[in-house]
Amino acid sequence: MNDGPALEPWEVFRREKDGDPMRHGGSVMAPDADLALHYARELYGRRQESVRLWIVRRADIIDLEDADLLQPPLDRSFKKPGGYVMRDKLAAAREAAGQSKPKARDRR
Amino acid sequence: MTDPLALDPVLAPSDRASGGAPARQHDEAYDAWFERFEAHVMAGGKVESTDAMPDEYRTAVLRFVEMHANSELMGVLPEREWLMRAPTLRRKLALTAKVQDEVGHAQLLYRIAEDLGKPREAMFDDLLAGKTKFHNVFHYPTVGWADVGMIAWLVDAAAIVAQQALRDSSYAPYARTMRKICWEESVHIMHGRDVVVTMVTGTPAQRAAIQDALDRWWGPLMQMHGPRSPRDKDMDLRWRIKAKSSEELRQEFLTIYVPRIRELGLVIPDAELRYDDDARQWHYTEPDWNELRTVVTNHGPMSEARLEFRRLARADTAWVRETILAAPQAA
Repeated sequence: MNDGPALEPWEVFRREKDGDPMRHGGSVMAPDADLALHYARELYGRRQESVRLWIVRRADIIDLEDADLLQPPLDRSFKKPGGYVMRDKLAAAREAAGQSKPKARDRR
Repeated sequence: MTDPLALDPVLAPSDRASGGAPARQHDEAYDAWFERFEAHVMAGGKVESTDAMPDEYRTAVLRFVEMHANSELMGVLPEREWLMRAPTLRRKLALTAKVQDEVGHAQLLYRIAEDLGKPREAMFDDLLAGKTKFHNVFHYPTVGWADVGMIAWLVDAAAIVAQQALRDSSYAPYARTMRKICWEESVHIMHGRDVVVTMVTGTPAQRAAIQDALDRWWGPLMQMHGPRSPRDKDMDLRWRIKAKSSEELRQEFLTIYVPRIRELGLVIPDAELRYDDDARQWHYTEPDWNELRTVVTNHGPMSEARLEFRRLARADTAWVRETILAAPQAA
């Protein structure tokens, strides 16, 4: 029984409906791409819950999970909207200009 | 589901894969690493299959998932007995689809267990040799079509209460798979409830058959989530492999399903069953834990017959696996 190809994991990605991203569904064990496709169709498409499947040999996935590269411990707040807090400075500017805070509906 | 903690360990220490975790030696470095891991999962952190994890955690997840997988696989046998006797074509299609779904769940769960280091063939060997367990409710006979409705409605309902809590499991591959499984199980419950409601509104004999099925299944249903266990000693809870205790699951099941059973005019066979408004919990006759232990150790009324059927099925289909594994590899 072990003379043939070894089973290996294949990752399955599925698109639930047109326009959705491909999302990871799970994985199947198969000796080759043909059977991986059949198993994936059976386990992730049996109920018409997918419009598209991607089946990728796990060993072929390039995996990057290096915190030094992806989550460097540096202040990156300048890349995010929340990194710009100007409430107090705005209040000071308004006061200097003799203006009051505009009403919400006046915003354009 | 039956609390796996009440059962024997799945793997002997020598059979466990170490899987990238530091060797199991209780020196200071290990203990510090273990503490960091525990703090991570106890704070709601998730664990992926490729992450380093302590042997104790890996074994606990494997034991839990393997029993769940076994139960999905064995759980179709009581229902398959009625595939050829379903009363209408639509019922037959629905039941066939349910059986197919449950086997599919077993496939998904065995896949998770495989990634934790135990080969699928070894899991089948252990199941068929009686070394690992499956849920108590699948050790009983399905004597009539009413039982098919009762299983699909209330057994699946009791199971989904537990399974919904597992969508928050600290073991992320399990949590993700449970989301898919719960979605499919919700269809089974509707199918089962429809069978029950149809029979309850049918002839007096059909109604009596449902009441009879409820009388027989209530005991196993109340045992299904397992005995109460002290929360602080339950490592599956501590490590958030599961999110709720046995008793919490049973209370939740009663809260949702007692009114739905009673609205059909059915009588739950427990004179002690009542909701205590002050204590805000259900009181019930203590389930027969001896029966639970007897049944899950494969001494139930149908345990041996179901295992034997699975052994025959495995032998009958051996040629398929041999053909697949012998096939030339596609380019």
